[in-house]
Amino acid sequence: MAKTTLALNRRGFVKAGVGLLAMTVMPSGLIVGNAWAQMPRSAKPDTFAALVQMSRDCYPHEAVADSYYANAVSVLDEAARSSEADLALLEDGVAELDAAAREKGGTDYKSLPDEADRVAILEAMGEADPFFQKVRSNLVVGLYNQKELWPIFGYEGASADQGGYIDRGFDDIDWV
Amino acid sequence: MPAPYDLNDDSVVVIVGSGAGGGTLGTQLALKGIDTVILEAGSRHETWDFINDEWDSFAQLAWKDKRRTSGDWRVSKDFPNLPAWIVKSVGGSTVHWAGASLRFQEHEFKTKTHYGELADANLLDWPIDLTEMEPWYAMAEDRMGVTRTNGIPGLPGNNNFKVMEAGAKKIGYKEVHTGRMAINSEPRDDRGSCLQIGFCFQGCKSGAKWSTLVAEIPKGEATGKLEVRPDCMVLKIEHNDAGKVTGVVYADKEGRMQRQKARMIAVAGNSIESPRLLLNSASSKFPDGLANSSGQVGRNYMRHTTGSVYGIFEKPVHMYRGTTMAGIIRDEAKHDPSRGFVGGYEFETLSLGLPFMAAFLDPGKWGRDFSSAMDGYANMAGMWIVGEDMPRADNRVTLSDEKDEHGMPIPDVHFDDHENDTAMRNHAYKQGAAIYDAVGAVRTIETPPYPSTHNLGTNRMSEKPEDGVVNRFGQAHDISNLFVSDGSQFTTGAAENPTLTIVALALRQADHIAGRMAKGEL
Repeated sequence: MAKTTLALNRRGFVKAGVGLLAMTVMPSGLIVGNAWAQMPRSAKPDTFAALVQMSRDCYPHEAVADSYYANAVSVLDEAARSSEADLALLEDGVAELDAAAREKGGTDYKSLPDEADRVAILEAMGEADPFFQKVRSNLVVGLYNQKELWPIFGYEGASADQGGYIDRGFDDIDWV
Repeated sequence: MPAPYDLNDDSVVVIVGSGAGGGTLGTQLALKGIDTVILEAGSRHETWDFINDEWDSFAQLAWKDKRRTSGDWRVSKDFPNLPAWIVKSVGGSTVHWAGASLRFQEHEFKTKTHYGELADANLLDWPIDLTEMEPWYAMAEDRMGVTRTNGIPGLPGNNNFKVMEAGAKKIGYKEVHTGRMAINSEPRDDRGSCLQIGFCFQGCKSGAKWSTLVAEIPKGEATGKLEVRPDCMVLKIEHNDAGKVTGVVYADKEGRMQRQKARMIAVAGNSIESPRLLLNSASSKFPDGLANSSGQVGRNYMRHTTGSVYGIFEKPVHMYRGTTMAGIIRDEAKHDPSRGFVGGYEFETLSLGLPFMAAFLDPGKWGRDFSSAMDGYANMAGMWIVGEDMPRADNRVTLSDEKDEHGMPIPDVHFDDHENDTAMRNHAYKQGAAIYDAVGAVRTIETPPYPSTHNLGTNRMSEKPEDGVVNRFGQAHDISNLFVSDGSQFTTGAAENPTLTIVALALRQADHIAGRMAKGEL
């Protein structure tokens, strides 16, 4: 097995974070967050909200607004409309996270205040868990392929329509 | 005008696949006046159709038909149905390739001689050598417009190159430059020069990059002697009682079965599909598949010892700007067993866009360790390791028990790293990190091999029929009018990106075929 050491030879350090989303589930089922709101199509509102929190816990980026994580979760939510098995996977998976949160003295996963506690629950669930796999793997495209968030990472996307970078900085660095 | 040929015309040469091997061979045969039909499994997407978006382009161009994997390679765990990142489109993987065009080194044609007996490696000397290949390399370089050959200047270095170059020189590497690239650094062959678009892997939208799609096939079609038939998936090669091949059965765009007759057939479907086709063409006369009396069809699958190193710096790099692979360090390409492995490797600049970085940086990983690396994307530089891997008899393509939409068994690709591969990769990871550390990296990341882009060796060339599938001209040892024209004929993989050698072999093969035909021998 090839060895991978993402953290190898690192002089920086990883900042610990809290990353707890501010979300309110309205009686109507509408989830209201910071500058976003979403009416789930198939998942229970609390399930949807938990998935948004879980998504940020998987790939936490301070600079990325909650709405992008919600966009990614709506892909799962939409797909679950036509698949009872998919819906059950999401509902049961979140129920499992919530049960683990209660063991830690919380009310549910999405309101556990400490990121380390939430991450510990995800780690205990394990990367091979089908629910975890589903949510995490969805983010690879569902989160990072949202064009609107590319500029946050400094990625400029398509360039041919602008004549490439030949006159736009392909060799513009001066610090080496 | 593209020539249309009749299904029952048995005077045509049929080539399966339109990439570096098939597209070049077909064009060269047409230029020599030989009637040729190329059957291409993919559709025809032209330069203006290409998309500067990684996932959309992947959907447009990649070979996504289901495949299976097994073995200890990590690709099998992370991408169990995507062993290879290659193209299903007219032009094959020359649409996707990055343009690096390097000749093999002399010793790389004779690895058994130079490396000796290695446990668990199925090394064999090529039946040809560098001296014999030199004129064909020269012809290929001229045809492809390779920079730093034929008086063609090198490409300008982009930011990603500047970082790698500075680090390489600081740790003492000498042979560092912007590569020998089949990408125009100045207008040539009716194609313009590189606009530093990036997205070389997604199909070059300026046409500066050589591909069979833009630079070969149109010339073949202009002779009226070449027909490229897209959306045709060849399922079986047929033969007569005398053991000569007579034609192919393929599924057309509508999924209907068609039979194209042929005087001669060349297989060039890349190193997974080519053995798959030969194995699936088994008959009572050839129960183990065509051209397989040696039992070597599908074996010795090689994918180069690859991996990537990314460095994150304090200041921006914007590595994705400009030509993806115009940057190389060749100092480690030599054979120097004192490093703890045989063979050598190259470092080449490489970048991924943000979407593919998320998918490939460390597949399956999550949490702050991963996301903080992604946060450093704008300040990231990247390099690719490409080195010689060891052929192994059990690293092989076989037919699985699962069938595709046409009823053809889907291939299984089994691969276990040889300990030499692992030793080489670890050496390269360490050196790659040292290069970036030398110019102030705050973090370096070892990225595991991507799904294979260099697929080699599964119909290997050999002097003796018992050792391999084809002879020194890519002609099947067992069947005189059956040829292999892609990288699957490689006896061993060398450290260099394979396309230039595939093209050189195809030009040489075309010359051989035309000569034999003129003498009435084919």
